Amino acid sequence: MIKLAIREEQIKELKNKIKTHKEKPGPLMPSLHDAQKLIGCIPYEIQKMISKELNIPVAKINGVVTFYAQFSLEPKGENIIGVCLGTACYVKGAQAILDKIGSELKIKSNETTDDGKFTLEATRCIGACGLAPVMTVNEEVYGNLNVSKSVEALNKHKEGAIND
Amino acid sequence: MVKLTINGRQIEAKEKTTVLEVTKELGINIPTLCHDDRLSKETSCRLCVVEVNGGEKLLTSCNLEVAEGMAIETHSDKVIEARKHNLSLLWGPHPNECVVCEKSGECKLEEYNYEYDIDVEPIFDAHKRNQPKNESNHFFEIDPRKCILCGKCIRMCDEQMQVGALGYVNRGNETFVTFANEDFDEANCVSCGNCVSVCPTGALMPKSKSKYRNWNTTRTKTTCPYCGVGCQMELVVTNGEVVRVEPVVDAVNNGLLCVKGKFAFNFINHPNRLKTPLIKRNGVFEEATWDEAYSLIKDKVDLIKKDYPNSFAGLSSARCTNEENYLFQKMMRAVFGTNNVDHCARLCHASTVAGLGSTLGSGAMTNSISEVLDHDVIFIAGSNTTSTHPVIGSFMKQAQARGAKVIVAEPREIELAENADVFIQIQPGSNVALFKGMMHYIYKNDLQDEEFIRLRTEGFEEFIKSIEDFTTEEAAQICGCKKEDIEKAAEIYAKGKRAGIYYSMGVTQHSQGTNGVKSVANLAMLCGHVGKESSGINPLRGQNNVQGACDLGALPNNFTGYQKVFDDLARAKFESAWGVKLDSQVGLTVPKIIDGMVNDEIKFLYIMGENPMISDPDINHVKHGLESVDFLVVQDIFLTETAEFADVVLPASSYAEKTGTFTNTERKIQLVNKVIEPTGNSKPDWIILKELMTELGYPQAYSSPSDIMDEIASLTPIYGGVNYDRVSKSGLQWPCFDESHPGTKYLHKDKFSRGKGLFTPVEYISPMEVADDEYPITLTTGRTLYHYHTATMTNKTEGINKIVPENFFEISKETAKKYNLINGAKTYVSSRRGTTIAVVKVVDTIKDDVIFMPFHFANGANVLTNTALDQFCDIPELKVCAVKFDDKL
Repeated sequence: MIKLAIREEQIKELKNKIKTHKEKPGPLMPSLHDAQKLIGCIPYEIQKMISKELNIPVAKINGVVTFYAQFSLEPKGENIIGVCLGTACYVKGAQAILDKIGSELKIKSNETTDDGKFTLEATRCIGACGLAPVMTVNEEVYGNLNVSKSVEALNKHKEGAIND
Repeated sequence: MVKLTINGRQIEAKEKTTVLEVTKELGINIPTLCHDDRLSKETSCRLCVVEVNGGEKLLTSCNLEVAEGMAIETHSDKVIEARKHNLSLLWGPHPNECVVCEKSGECKLEEYNYEYDIDVEPIFDAHKRNQPKNESNHFFEIDPRKCILCGKCIRMCDEQMQVGALGYVNRGNETFVTFANEDFDEANCVSCGNCVSVCPTGALMPKSKSKYRNWNTTRTKTTCPYCGVGCQMELVVTNGEVVRVEPVVDAVNNGLLCVKGKFAFNFINHPNRLKTPLIKRNGVFEEATWDEAYSLIKDKVDLIKKDYPNSFAGLSSARCTNEENYLFQKMMRAVFGTNNVDHCARLCHASTVAGLGSTLGSGAMTNSISEVLDHDVIFIAGSNTTSTHPVIGSFMKQAQARGAKVIVAEPREIELAENADVFIQIQPGSNVALFKGMMHYIYKNDLQDEEFIRLRTEGFEEFIKSIEDFTTEEAAQICGCKKEDIEKAAEIYAKGKRAGIYYSMGVTQHSQGTNGVKSVANLAMLCGHVGKESSGINPLRGQNNVQGACDLGALPNNFTGYQKVFDDLARAKFESAWGVKLDSQVGLTVPKIIDGMVNDEIKFLYIMGENPMISDPDINHVKHGLESVDFLVVQDIFLTETAEFADVVLPASSYAEKTGTFTNTERKIQLVNKVIEPTGNSKPDWIILKELMTELGYPQAYSSPSDIMDEIASLTPIYGGVNYDRVSKSGLQWPCFDESHPGTKYLHKDKFSRGKGLFTPVEYISPMEVADDEYPITLTTGRTLYHYHTATMTNKTEGINKIVPENFFEISKETAKKYNLINGAKTYVSSRRGTTIAVVKVVDTIKDDVIFMPFHFANGANVLTNTALDQFCDIPELKVCAVKFDDKL
């Protein structure tokens, strides 16, 4: 697991955002979205901080964080690869793609590479069934894949990661 | 009212009631798993579904309000079919291991599965919940496999306790209930176990050492032996052993308990219980018979009486029943001929009895506990309520959740301070200044209740001069806080419509304790916040029966019901009832009795159920006294630190082994029922006192505690209408003057007990010992949630000792740094009177240069505390003294 270092400025920025959310009803979800965006995950420490700011029991916040797939307790990699395992993608061989990407990166799904560059996720249907099987890397969508095409796509991002 | 039919029967029901409530009243049994009258409606178990007007869709009766013309079927074929289906869905993921489950016999799922003939082989191939047990809590465990996700535990923790330690995690099949971050401590769980009490299955279970089956147990209702809330509970017993405690819902505690009431019952059957009388011979205790013990006491009494007839004293017990306190003071007065009888109320609320007695006419809580929920302002001063009176603390938080404003004035940032509207972190011993500052602001801003002052009080003109020049600046300087906070608190309190003040040792245990209490009375009267429902002055009494021990005359100046020993009429009444001549001189108080032993004026001391070797100030002084006294009798359930000094130890039975009554902090007399037989040769205190009085030539013929209560009622106007028949129903709140009197919910309605409420001018005087160059730290003392008083009972429970194992003190980060103290390390703490050793606990809830140490431990905080006394009532200044740190001695 990669180590998480939360900076003072991140906490401060998050607290400021929470303050504005607090003015409207239902401040928890937007606060959690901001936490995920700013820090990359919502570890227990941050949940406790949000609990204190919003005066909501931390057990409840913990429940919401673990409920939604968008939130994670541990830090994710710089690039998030999602292989769709929805029905259409699955019947068109998405499992083989997921396995291949996993072996390329030497991780299983829901894990992050040691260098913190990639996190692999098996996602539910992302609504692009016409392009099945589908894989996403960050915001980019790759459709009509097969195993070798998926490795190409991955390599593109690997290079990008190296160039960074 | 609305008319409807249920199962073909025409009935009338109140509007807004639910179908479930109506059917319950009719005796129709509708199954529920997620419903509890006290909690919000989750409607998730779907077992309470009913057929409405023959409609296709079944509706949940728990949230279905009755309506005109409604036709309900509660057990039609369709309904039964649906319940079966829903039960099967719940049973699917549940492990089929009822035969080895501790809950068996009381499990609701098991019961309904039986009632509705569910297939043991689940018809649904459900996903099993396989999360491991969570055993992080010391008193109970969570087994997610047996959880049906009804959410009662979570709602109990959120809504009733206002703690929020439990929650669901994950989604869908993976959902389970756990603590935040899966750890009870991280989740701020207070281990009250109320989640366990409401769990319908075996998912939340106490960590029990005993193996027993529920069908081999009996349950008996009784009153909790710990704090003054007087929670009603049932002791679950098998083979003479108390194995579990369950709360009673229809009672003062509304089905809540705290960790002590729910889990700290191990002392009852503990092997260290005293089982036979002990006589000390050549410095060593030897077992003796009751006859030997009684005749030794008689010989000593005769001997001492001959030469020193005025050298007897007795300490009664706020842990014992009303009947036992009555007998104890009767023995001291009628047999030993002395008014030297007192008990530990001297150390807790003597200043309340004195301060409220002189200003209002009665030294007790004016409101009832249930009225807490309806306050719109709660002012907590000198009480860490969630630790010391946990159930009242929960009610305060519930009131806050309903919108009540909360003001807290405390030296520590206690749990209730976290979300308070105003939190004033005062310097220990500055209460009087705070109250005066608030009153000054209220008066200057014309926020007082003129009509109340004019009609209900006296002494206002004189009093107002004492606060006129006492500005909030001056108060803020003494209290060490911002003047704006004092002003804000004053504003909120004065403008409240149903404002209640709750105070405790933080106000009373000072050399200015009585003045602190009088200031509270002044403040409440100034704003007209007393003598009304949910509006009043509420001293929270510490021990289970400290109210009763005071009521029953275990005080050196009072017979029962606060009738004065120096009042000729009262004394004549008791003389004629008891058939002896009685002393008209006020007797000695606890501190004076201890001084008396040191000075050799007291030669015989009888202690029933008290432990001054831990509870009293300046332990070295107490020890000196106990060593000096000629003859010491100690009657207790354990060989306490005090009993070690005794010449004769008499083994008493615990509250579970006897019948009697306790009077709780809201003046409610409640029954204590015998649940098991006395341990070993121990005897209930009332029997010991009765037998000893007979032995001493003053025969007593009570056949039961009920007889004693009848005698009490005949001599005590405020208990005049009290008898066991009436009390056994749901308790009675004094004053209750005769058998037709319903008891009194709140005091001073229309008229104060003393007639008019008396305003009293009060000056601020600093504590007797303040920090200086040599002793630069201010020590304040108190209790923790987990231990009770001198820990004699609580330290018999393993989980409690795991959480609070030894003496410690709380200190701020800055102060710890200044004196090179490391969190978790031990250090010596010394005052002018002695030295103790304690673990350093660095916290961010205490001021710099102030430390807090609980007084639960032997050779602990009270080695340090000061014996300086309040001039009106002899309460010692346990809350403030000056100390220093030493690495080594």
